[in-house]
This record gives sequence, C-alpha cells and structure tokens, in this order.
Amino acid sequence: MSRIMGLTGDGAVAYAVKQCKVDVVAAYPITPQTLIVEEFSEYVHNGEVHTEFICVESEHSAMSACVGASLTGARVFTATASQGLALMHEILYIASSLRCPIVMGVVNRTLSAPINIHCDHSDMMGSRDCGWIQVFVENAQEAYDWVIQAFRIAEDPDVLLPVAVNLDAFILSHSLEGVEVLDDADVERFVSTRKPVFTIDPDKPITVGPICFTDYFFETKRQHVEAMNNSPKTISKVNDEFAELTGRRYGFIDTYEMDDAEAAIICLGSTAGTAMAVAKKLRDQGKRVGVIKPWVYRPFPAEQIIDACKGLKALAVLDRACSIGAPYGPLCNDVTAALYKENVRLNVFNVIYGLGGRDITPFDIEAIFNETLEVAKTGMIREPIKFVGVRE
Amino acid sequence: MSEESKPGWRSIPIAGILLEPGSAMKYKTGDWRAFRPVIDEEKCTYCLLCWIYCPDGAIIREEKTVRVNYDYCKGCGICANECPVKAITMVEEKK
Repeated sequence: MSRIMGLTGDGAVAYAVKQCKVDVVAAYPITPQTLIVEEFSEYVHNGEVHTEFICVESEHSAMSACVGASLTGARVFTATASQGLALMHEILYIASSLRCPIVMGVVNRTLSAPINIHCDHSDMMGSRDCGWIQVFVENAQEAYDWVIQAFRIAEDPDVLLPVAVNLDAFILSHSLEGVEVLDDADVERFVSTRKPVFTIDPDKPITVGPICFTDYFFETKRQHVEAMNNSPKTISKVNDEFAELTGRRYGFIDTYEMDDAEAAIICLGSTAGTAMAVAKKLRDQGKRVGVIKPWVYRPFPAEQIIDACKGLKALAVLDRACSIGAPYGPLCNDVTAALYKENVRLNVFNVIYGLGGRDITPFDIEAIFNETLEVAKTGMIREPIKFVGVRE
Repeated sequence: MSEESKPGWRSIPIAGILLEPGSAMKYKTGDWRAFRPVIDEEKCTYCLLCWIYCPDGAIIREEKTVRVNYDYCKGCGICANECPVKAITMVEEKK
C-alpha cells in the first residue's frame, strides 16, 4: 500500500530516513539542506523515531560522528550541501576507506566565492573521487526512492560503502511535489536492520584506523576499488527488489527516446526533466532526439551509457560544474573517457550551464538540441565547450 | 619480511582494521633509529625521568637500573635530553 504526500525534495529525504529506522543522525544545518535536518529533528522531538540525534558544531564533526557511530554497527544518516560538504572533505575519505555504510543527502549548491546559495554540482564534483557511491535524482519522488535503496546498497556486505544521494538545491529541495510514499512496514521490511560485518565492541576489541604505511596501504585501497567494482551487482539487485515493491524501476541510467535518436543530451539531476519535456516537443516535430540521465554517477555507468549511445551521431554532455583547467567539465571528462576506452567514436561536445543557480530554460535546451542535430548532420563541432546562459 | 611475502589485498581484513588486540608489539620500530641512546650505568641515579618521558615506552625499568628496548626505541633523544646527570649519550647507528 502506498499513498501520495505533498513533500519538498528535502522533506522527501527526511521522510524516507524516518521510515528507514536510522539509529544515528549527526548533522549541521546549511542552506538548502536545512529542511532535511529540521524536519527530521521534529520526528525525533515528537518521538516518531528512536534516533540518536547528535547536534554538532560543524560538518567536519558531523561526518566524524557518523563514522564513529557507523563503526559500532549503527545505521547512520547525515545531510549537507556546498561549504558543508567541502568542510567534510577529509572525513568523506575516512568514511569510505573505513567502509562505513553511511547514507548522506547532498543538496547540490555551488561553492564560494562569491558566496551563493543556489544550485550547481560543484560541491559534489569537488569530492567526486572520495570513494562514495553517488546518485543524482531528478525530482522529490526519486529522492525518496533512492534514499531507501541507498541504505540497502551501502550496507550490503559485498559493498560496504557510503552512498550520497544528490538533489538540486531549491529546484528540488524546496519545491513541493506529490510523492508516492510506502507504508512504514513495507520500508521496514525492505531495508531490514543493518547486519554489520565488523564492529567496534569493548568485549571483542579490534583496532580501526591504525597507521598503515608503504607495506599495506596500497592493498587497502585496492580493496576499496574492488568494493566499488562489486557495487553494480548489488545496485541492480536492490533496484529489482524495489521495482517489485513499488512498480518504480530504477537502474544506472534513465533514458528517454534513445532507441532511434541521432542527437542526444546527457545530464544529471533536475535538468533531465526539462530536457525530456523539450525532447518530446522536438519529437513531435519529427526530430530524432533523446535524453540520457545517469542516476548512478559513481560507479560510473560507462557500459550503460555506451549502450544507450548505439546509433547516435552526436551527444551534448551538460555539466552543471566546471573542472577548471581540465579538458571538459566533470561529466564530459567521464563520458569521453568511457567512449575512448571502448573505442566508440562519437561526436561529443560539452555544455557548461547553470552555475550558481542560473536558470536553464526550455529555450536553452531546445537550442542545445538543435546544435546537437547540426553536429549529427555535419560531423563538425563548432565549440567543444559551450557556455550556455552566461552573458558575454 | 619482503613486500612479496606479505599477504595480498584479497586475504587481509578490509579497511585496514586489526582484528588481534595488542598487535602493535609486532611492529618493531627500532630500525627507524638514526641515533641510539646508550646509558652509562655508573652515572645513572635511577631517577626514572627517562622512563617517564619516553614517548614509546622503550625504557625498561629493572630492579636498580634502566635499559633501552632497542626493538621499539626510535632514537628521538628525549631521554638523553631529560637525563639530569647526562648519563645517556646518543650514539650514531652504524650500518
């Protein structure tokens, strides 16, 4: 049984966390993640959950407390954004390297300076090599659904990695949507309780985080890589079970009209919704366009993206972040590397858009589609990296 | 042990954890030492300041004297610096 609730993106995350019977939440408020922590603290105050809610003095402390709690075998959640994620940076690596299956909501907001509270993906992209599984969602429903699935993925003994669920600042975090929520009992059955592989326990002492020099560090990192390599199997299994429970089918990527597309856009998060709406309009005009939306960003779904690109002649990769000094933006670096690795020759250009919350309109997307169609026709890329929506 | 004879990533516990308590004893850090503290028993007054100050617990307290556990002494020289009667000399380790 399920029912529809009016929830913001942040509210959907808080509601999912409530249903997942989380043992510990340690968090520090930062715009636009604040609603998650606020709403969850209300659940704690009202006695609706029996979660240990730890108020900390910074995000660095928040993630540190999460690591400690997770090592005792607890199910742990936190949420942050922007500067808060940046302040957590060093502990992000410790959480993943100590194999703590923490789930975190990241409400993607740009990084200073100049100071700005609005959406882009530069916060998570700045930490994209931290060894976490990373998911990007398009709407509040997906935020709710992926948080529930995230606990199962993170806590699987074959994976044991933290999972970040990314949602766009304000566009999702503060927008009210109808979200189909599950019964508490269904969620409880689906996520069950965490069964830790190892725990810190005074009665059975182990040492966590000892010094590890040239003789063993590399082996430990290699295990971390293997855990990430193993995660697709678990992600698929969890997606399948979730589809059985809800009828909502998730995977590594979502596609729209890709079967016979000759030009396509690939992008993360809420922009994909706009891109699909524009693609529908252009399809009605007989233009063969499609959209690829990676749900899972780490592990990078190279195989699925390449598969979706079969028959495609041109691809625009939309990045809501810069990797200043790199060949492309972060997503385009990954996409081009994946294509090169599999020897797939495809006309790809990069679009940098929406920095600091600059709106991306259907008109912008339509222009990008038309340019991609032009590239598909001529094989000529005029601008390898195009900045859309910035004043000259 | 050479690097090759140590266990590989498939067979060690994950996350760099150590399952056996007290295993730091197995990690002998004496070979980090560039200078070795040598105690002159004639001068030593058994005041135990070296035993108190040693950050590695590498000064061993005997009945009437102290000695250095060279398996773990990293040669930091704090004991020699603290010794009020200059009974400890730092001698360069020769290969």
